[in-house]
Amino acid sequence: MKNYEQTLLEMMAADERIIVMTAENRAAIRNLPNLAPDRFIDTGIAEQTMVGAAAGLALRGRVPVLHALATFLTLRAFEFVRTDVGIGNLPVKLVGGVPGFLSDGNGPTHQAIEDVSLMRGIPHMHVFCPADEEDMLLGLPHIINSPHPTYIRYNALKPVIAHDPIFEIGRAEQLSDGTDVAILVYGMLFAQAWEAKAILEAEGLSVRLINIRMPKPVDEEAILSAARETSLVVTLEDHFLTGGLYSIVAETLLRHGETAHVLPLALDERWFRPALLSEVLRFEGFTGEQIAARILERVPTRV
Amino acid sequence: MNQEEINELENMALRVREHIIRLSTDGGCFTGASLSCADLIVYLYNHFLNVGPHNFTAPDRDYLFLSKGHDVPALYGTFVELGWMEPERLRNHLKTNDTIYWHPNRNIPGIEFHSGSLGHLPSVAVGVALDCKMRGQDNRIVVITGDGELDEGSVWEAVLVANAYKLDNLLFIVDRNHFQANIRTEDLIPLEPLAPKFEAFGWRAKRVDGHSFTALDNALAGMPFEASRPSVLIADTVRGRGLPSIQERADRWFCNFTHEEVDALLEELHGVRRAEIESEALMVR
Repeated sequence: MKNYEQTLLEMMAADERIIVMTAENRAAIRNLPNLAPDRFIDTGIAEQTMVGAAAGLALRGRVPVLHALATFLTLRAFEFVRTDVGIGNLPVKLVGGVPGFLSDGNGPTHQAIEDVSLMRGIPHMHVFCPADEEDMLLGLPHIINSPHPTYIRYNALKPVIAHDPIFEIGRAEQLSDGTDVAILVYGMLFAQAWEAKAILEAEGLSVRLINIRMPKPVDEEAILSAARETSLVVTLEDHFLTGGLYSIVAETLLRHGETAHVLPLALDERWFRPALLSEVLRFEGFTGEQIAARILERVPTRV
Repeated sequence: MNQEEINELENMALRVREHIIRLSTDGGCFTGASLSCADLIVYLYNHFLNVGPHNFTAPDRDYLFLSKGHDVPALYGTFVELGWMEPERLRNHLKTNDTIYWHPNRNIPGIEFHSGSLGHLPSVAVGVALDCKMRGQDNRIVVITGDGELDEGSVWEAVLVANAYKLDNLLFIVDRNHFQANIRTEDLIPLEPLAPKFEAFGWRAKRVDGHSFTALDNALAGMPFEASRPSVLIADTVRGRGLPSIQERADRWFCNFTHEEVDALLEELHGVRRAEIESEALMVR
């Protein structure tokens, strides 16, 4: 399978609008500066200027694809994203590195766990949170070709399953149609959700698993049918409780005058303990086993 | 530039100042900062920039970015005088039936990008300049910044990046009117020596009287000031230029005059009599 950088290079070869930029973070594009030097711009550690310059390039008809750590891209440069890209409604693609738990041992300065909340609050902005590398590459061409500014939560983890190759902006991927519990998840915790699903099924529960893919525009029908057709909706995310998937589900249900039993699994008013990723997951209660156990505590007993 | 051309510019600049004064009522506007850069804007559109309705969207046009966006009345006035904007539209200032407000926006043909938040358009202009270079086009990208605006760190990020990429198609013009809001820059965050700051960042700087069309023309004839380097022109200007009763007054930044005061200021502009201004000063927007 091709990786992110190879996919991006292929798209650049076919579409001269694409300009790749970074604020001196080349982790995902180590070879690209040499392979496509005329279409690559590194602004140094200057996220604001990278985003402002991207707006200028977009005014000239380009589609800039920006790379920086997710925290600095969404926080340091927030006003440039909102004011230049957002008000301008320009097709700038913001690729945030090591979002959520993926910042593992860096500490709270590097924890992008309000990024979904911030980015979805900007008019016109789309938000794509792939479950893994395969999911990311399935979505990438759609995201690049969309006229919308888009925030991408970069995730190159190896997939634990083969995804539905049909990708549509604003459509979730529903992996099973269970009726007891619906697990709604985006991003890297998909793998843990998949593991939890197997454990819950071994306990005799019928589990619906939904890979949200895009928190914005969100697949409202997937959320509403999960609320109507299951006994418990679980929102699972490596993000603050405020403004993420739990909020999105609440907003969606309220907008449609519906309600549901919802169990939010997120970071409630706290940053997570920095450590290697596997340790973070265990400490914070987000391994597949822990997720399954937390759901079993809440799921209505079957008669 | 011959004397006849200079006279034409002087006359247009006078009419632009009339527009600015007329916009300084019924809600008001940033009068002082608009008057300080009126001559710059009139000069640039008449004698420097290759841009107009014939090529507003052409990729090889020259660009002007108004980064200190609150001086947009000077731009509105210039567009009206050039015949690019219906004069009647100025009556829609601050009304919801149009988009003529305190900061620029792209709904007005000829305005390249919105501004208002300081320190943004230097970066946007860097992006445009990079793209022009990539495409091998030799059009010029001009940014008018305020002097107070130079407090913003993002300006200096853009200055670093422009030097790194040798953007000699980029020109900053600093409207050096020595005020930021109600305070003298040198009393708050001193900027001097200003030209050496840019020079130290790899730019080439010139400093001129920003109200002298001859000085502007002479200085900008040699742009880029040095090959492979970005250029900056520090234009020494006077806030409120043309109106002795508000000129250089720290408290006359945002002005909302009465209709009678507008009439008096128009007379003052033409040297008839000095205006008596009693409107509340120190308004902050």
